[in-house]
Amino acid sequence: MADEALFLLLHNEMVAGLYRAAEQGEGENGRCTTKLESMGFRVGQGLIERFTKDTARFKDELDIMKFICKDFWTTVFKKQIDNLRTNHQGIYVLQDNKFRLLTQMSAGKQYLEHAPKYLAFTCGLIRGGLLNLGIKSIVTAEVSSMPACK
Amino acid sequence: VPVSVICFPRQNYPLYIRSIPTENELKFHYTVHTSLDVVDEKISAMGKALVDQRELYLGLLYPTEDYKVYGYVTNSKVKFVMVVDSSNTALRDNEIRSMFRKLHNSYTDIMCNPFYNPGDRIHSRAFDNMVNSMMMQVC
Repeated sequence: MADEALFLLLHNEMVAGLYRAAEQGEGENGRCTTKLESMGFRVGQGLIERFTKDTARFKDELDIMKFICKDFWTTVFKKQIDNLRTNHQGIYVLQDNKFRLLTQMSAGKQYLEHAPKYLAFTCGLIRGGLLNLGIKSIVTAEVSSMPACK
Repeated sequence: VPVSVICFPRQNYPLYIRSIPTENELKFHYTVHTSLDVVDEKISAMGKALVDQRELYLGLLYPTEDYKVYGYVTNSKVKFVMVVDSSNTALRDNEIRSMFRKLHNSYTDIMCNPFYNPGDRIHSRAFDNMVNSMMMQVC
């Protein structure tokens, strides 16, 4: 139980710390999201290496996406992705109705505009993991109503 | 006993090369490079059966020389190739597999090292020590 809280707290601090540093230094706000995303990227690469050490080979892209939705998400966030949709032409939408990094904030519209900051790390995580598995990708996230996100 | 261990990432350039004895290393480089083609062939022939991660015994590449080449591919498309002398008949399948597992484990540890950039050559001492001890075991 305690180890989940560790990651959540560290992540929140990371986001807050980066933005604070940006305010004090030069005012380049856009860079914070990029920094967070690249942090997630490198972490994702290492994590995927560890997780796929013992699994069987993946047959195709869909298999890889399913792995991300089930095993990877469970190990990092202790739950699975609620919904995976695809248009079979390379676009996958992963929907998580109770994203753990957002549940601590309010369930209403109050902090909606701040939510993307908290999603940048996870986007990088996914992108790093996919790149290591052989898929070049662009990962974006959107939040329409907390704490769900796509 | 000539033995050589080389690992390649997805782009097929060598990340790590170690062979003993150290002369004739070029011969090993060449052999391993040609064996990469066989590795790729095996990976792409996946339609029939879901084979597990490891591949064994890519076969004698040069009929004149007598050594065996083994390959192993991880899910992140990192390939490990090992060359052992054919006269070393004591080396069984299970031992080769366990050697590859050790290689894979060490590689995973390197990946998680924050000071390591994926794609750089591997300079880790721990990895070197592990490979050395493995080779000593074989000889």
